[in-house]
Amino acid sequence: MGKNHPNVDPYVVSRVRALESLLLEKGILAPDAVDRVIRQYENDTGPLIGAKVVARAWCDPGYKRRLLENATDALADFGLNYDLLVVVENTPTVHNMVVCTLCSCYPWPVLGLPPTWYKQPAYRSRAVLEPRQLLREFGLEIAAERAIHVWDSSAELRYMVLPQRPAGIDDLSEEEL
Amino acid sequence: MNGVHDLGGMQGFGPVVREEQEPVFHARWETVVVAIQQATRAGGMINIDEFRHGIERMEPAHYLASSYYEHWLDGISRVLIEKSVISAAELDQRTSFFKERPDAPLSAAFTQPASEPRSRPRSGQHPYQRESTALPQFAPGDRVITREMQPAGHTRLPRYARGKRGTIDRLHGVYVFPDTHAHGLGEQPQPLYSVRFEAQDLWGEAPETDQTVSLDLWESYLRVRE
Repeated sequence: MGKNHPNVDPYVVSRVRALESLLLEKGILAPDAVDRVIRQYENDTGPLIGAKVVARAWCDPGYKRRLLENATDALADFGLNYDLLVVVENTPTVHNMVVCTLCSCYPWPVLGLPPTWYKQPAYRSRAVLEPRQLLREFGLEIAAERAIHVWDSSAELRYMVLPQRPAGIDDLSEEEL
Repeated sequence: MNGVHDLGGMQGFGPVVREEQEPVFHARWETVVVAIQQATRAGGMINIDEFRHGIERMEPAHYLASSYYEHWLDGISRVLIEKSVISAAELDQRTSFFKERPDAPLSAAFTQPASEPRSRPRSGQHPYQRESTALPQFAPGDRVITREMQPAGHTRLPRYARGKRGTIDRLHGVYVFPDTHAHGLGEQPQPLYSVRFEAQDLWGEAPETDQTVSLDLWESYLRVRE
């Protein structure tokens, strides 16, 4: 049984219909609420904002400094009002990883909804215990001289990693990135 | 609570399995669950801490065997029943109704929906951060040890980080305290810190060294360490 595809389970489907109809009837759920969610997330452009932020940080050292010191302020440059983000920087000596061992906390406003694997037991259990091996299984070998720093999002602050600026992109503009 | 959700450090779940080009939602019912979650949050009916604790109290085997949005369905139903917004009986009856009539429209189960959804007016208040004149107990660089405790209710101090030596990296500010807020015991805001732990202090004979873990922890989770 695949955890990703329970839509065939008639109990789940009918229970959701039941709850939906009860809450519509009681005036708790608006009739257009589901359509609004579909529109909101169907074109989930969350990750684009994060990508733009990273591109600007790679091109502009002043922006990068602002982003690391006060992400709220730096995000406002992109019209985003979000005061719970902390950006952590990958360096030659440190590789960062983010997890929520207790549930699924994720910086939705800059990265969109989290992928299923982020919310499942394998990642949540192993990221704090054996991150280097986990990354190796993802195909990423972290050099021995780099430490790994894992951020477990146990409160309402959300974390985003600023990857290291790749080599050979000096002549790319922010938009191209 | 020492629930099945508190997964940090557990073993045996195997590799992380990733789906290529994963859609945002795998079925329409998932979007309905998200809409329901938003409505109960926006309406002030269920706060985020109550919502999480509702999920934490799922039957453990069911939690591990079910999908992410099934967790939301189970948790929200539990809390709505506890708050007498719906009854378990009417949810079960309505579920049977739709199971027997999978093609029935939603309105087949009731007459006229209420015209306006009830919702609380939005306050201008930040959802989690609060002002406080109380002096924080800790400062960056302070050495702390986390409490060893077995709370029956909601907490955001995972088991793997209890009774462990760490160092304060940063004071985030003062935030609503989930351990009370999840149980109708008030916001009880406290200073919230970023605390860093070395792998060997968390795990002892750690499988990997040269690793640190940072958690965001409320002041009452922490004790002074000389």
